Amino acid sequence: MKKASKKIIDTPQKLESLRNKLEKQKSPSAKSISICIGTGCAAQGSRKIYELFCEAVKDSGSKVEINTKCVGCHGFCERGPIVVVQPGDILYQNVEEPDVEEIFRETVLKGAIVERLLYKDPTTEALAKTPDEIPFYKSQQRIVLLNNGIIDPTNIEDYIAVGGYGALSKALFSMSPDEIIDEVDKAGLRGRGGGGFNTARKWRSCRNAEGTPKYVICNGDEGDPGAFMDRSIMEGNPHSVIEGMIIGAYAIGSSQGYIYVRNEYPLAVDHLTNALSQARERGFLGENILGSSFSFDIKINRGGGAFVCGESTALMASLEGRTGEPRAKYVHTVESGLNEKPTNLNNVETWANVPAIINKGSSWFASIGTEGSKGTKVFSLVGNVENTGLVEVPMGMTLRRIIYEIGGGVKNGKKFKAVQTGGPSGGCIPAEHLDTPVDFDELTKLGSMMGSGGMIVMDEDTCMVNVAKYFVEFLKKESCGKCTPCREGLSQMLYILERITKGEGEAGDIEKLKTLPKLLEGTALCALGKTAANPVLSTIRYFQKEYETHIKEQRCPAKVCKGLFSYEIDAELCKACGICKKECPVDAISGEKKVPHVIDQEKCTKCGNCFLKCPFNSIIKV
Amino acid sequence: MKGKSKVIETIVKRYEGDTGMLIPMMQDLQEEYGYLPAEQLRHLAIKLDVPLTRICAIATFYTSFRLAPKGEHEVTLCMGTVCYLKGAPQILETICEEFQVEAGGTTSDRLFSLQAVNCVGACALAPVMVVDGKYYDGVDPKSALEIIQGLSSSKEATVEKEAQA
Repeated sequence: MKKASKKIIDTPQKLESLRNKLEKQKSPSAKSISICIGTGCAAQGSRKIYELFCEAVKDSGSKVEINTKCVGCHGFCERGPIVVVQPGDILYQNVEEPDVEEIFRETVLKGAIVERLLYKDPTTEALAKTPDEIPFYKSQQRIVLLNNGIIDPTNIEDYIAVGGYGALSKALFSMSPDEIIDEVDKAGLRGRGGGGFNTARKWRSCRNAEGTPKYVICNGDEGDPGAFMDRSIMEGNPHSVIEGMIIGAYAIGSSQGYIYVRNEYPLAVDHLTNALSQARERGFLGENILGSSFSFDIKINRGGGAFVCGESTALMASLEGRTGEPRAKYVHTVESGLNEKPTNLNNVETWANVPAIINKGSSWFASIGTEGSKGTKVFSLVGNVENTGLVEVPMGMTLRRIIYEIGGGVKNGKKFKAVQTGGPSGGCIPAEHLDTPVDFDELTKLGSMMGSGGMIVMDEDTCMVNVAKYFVEFLKKESCGKCTPCREGLSQMLYILERITKGEGEAGDIEKLKTLPKLLEGTALCALGKTAANPVLSTIRYFQKEYETHIKEQRCPAKVCKGLFSYEIDAELCKACGICKKECPVDAISGEKKVPHVIDQEKCTKCGNCFLKCPFNSIIKV
Repeated sequence: MKGKSKVIETIVKRYEGDTGMLIPMMQDLQEEYGYLPAEQLRHLAIKLDVPLTRICAIATFYTSFRLAPKGEHEVTLCMGTVCYLKGAPQILETICEEFQVEAGGTTSDRLFSLQAVNCVGACALAPVMVVDGKYYDGVDPKSALEIIQGLSSSKEATVEKEAQA
């Protein structure tokens, strides 16, 4: 007990003096090595690299202080594992175990640069030493991800040292709950989880709703395939989310919070659990936070692997220990949500924006972005793009700048075909709309949506009918089955799409695919069903020709749908090894030794076995 | 028998018998056994005084729960958009065919359980396969098979050891 009381921070002054102390402790000559342990880098062995650096520090017996620390995601996952050395902010990419010794000897001890590990611009071949010199980072503006990759997410003091929990102290001691809500309102913060609903309005409704206790929930059930913004925030800077929640809870008048995290994100669960207990130990959670009269605590729940639980009412059902089935929303959750009490639910990124708004003020926040969408948005830029990773940009940046300037353009010099935004409920945007500024309203106009921030770049080899089929199949599997339109409507849509991709499409299919969505939109119970047809609608809107080619000519122009294109052998590349001949299940391939082989198109069943097994890539799709 | 009912008691106590925490309780139970044994679910229903049907509904609704013991190894294949577009369906098909196993199922020799999940959020590494917590990036049908073929059974290992001895 005595030990705990020593650590507890029960006045704003104590927080301030701790921060000053941490600031002073930083020796100006100290060096540091930060190793990213986000899921992307960890998957490529960054934990081992961290251990090797620790050993190197120990063995060197250096008199200068050298800190080795694990940090959250830098965003540039394509080039992981990433190591940053201070002083100098030198970023090394694709670091492997054997490189550790050289980095330590040259850069950490001597201050020299290991050029072969620097980022090299693919076009100009210029070497970039610091993140600021890399185009991927240059055009970004970071609010939410500001401290990702800088602080150690498992150490609360690192967060406090960069001003962490300062916003909470300011909110509790110099602002009234209404003033906080007004500030968030003036900032123009909109929900980052998909809907884009005005955050302050939600808070105010919940504050004014009758009934106690009131709950606040952080939705960390990031289910959209191709999106990992929230994962990186929870892993890389969990305290920013917690601080945002405490401020929100104070403004709303809540005493209990929940964080609902996907089960597939073990590291995020780990870091959040650890952060919660550290925050409790310091007195940021629990009774009389920072010595004020406000008390609040947070529990963490792991999801069960159901996409629909990202929907607010389904998530609350899950928190109540039931199956995650949504309910109709004519009763708002801010009035009757979890356990039928007023409940305010926001997404991870929304919560993480709150401390920055309180610290820097609403006018600063509102100066970033567009008329209707303020601040920044984190996107996971993935797919056929050169620089895969997490990017945070001001709202209103064009798709073209994000994909070409930051993303480095389409991979392998292929032609751009579409960018898919908004997850399974979003849509595909073609090249002619690349100059659209990205914000909540503009994307909706194009038949897509902001969603939680997935941005999947697709090149010319992508079949748009297949993409639509993928999302419908995904949603059909994840539909909870409670309401008929969603359960049956999606099955029917999938049935039609499957026929089309098999070459069995019929006249009238496209019309059916256009009518079903209207039915779903009007009658499905929750957003999952209402927006389920967006991927189909947007691909028909921009790529109807491709659908028609599948139906009328039984041909897949992108050569993706099995059976709707044929295989041939490139005589120049063929080494006549005979593997394809052996692997062909219908003996459609003939050819003697040293003579290029040939596929008999009459016999070929287009199974693709030869294509997969050919060691010389001499089988081509035509 | 006594030991088994103790497991439920400890778990229920951990959450102060709050039925709202039913899902975390079941997650803990699964961690204990690797799956949800029917007998334990019955214990849990009695202990919490909730209908067994509710517990069964939860156990079958959420994909992370399993009602049968899992294999010795765990193979998870990501079916997120990027992995899908980069060929995850072919990888899944190849694994299923080669080892006569379905997604969500376990091989007949219990060597591994196969799961096809929505997205592991490591899109930069697509297509991704996770084996016993280790991530493999940029896999294709061939390398996926090789990775799985490299998995050894502890039974085999003991046989080998005995043979060496």
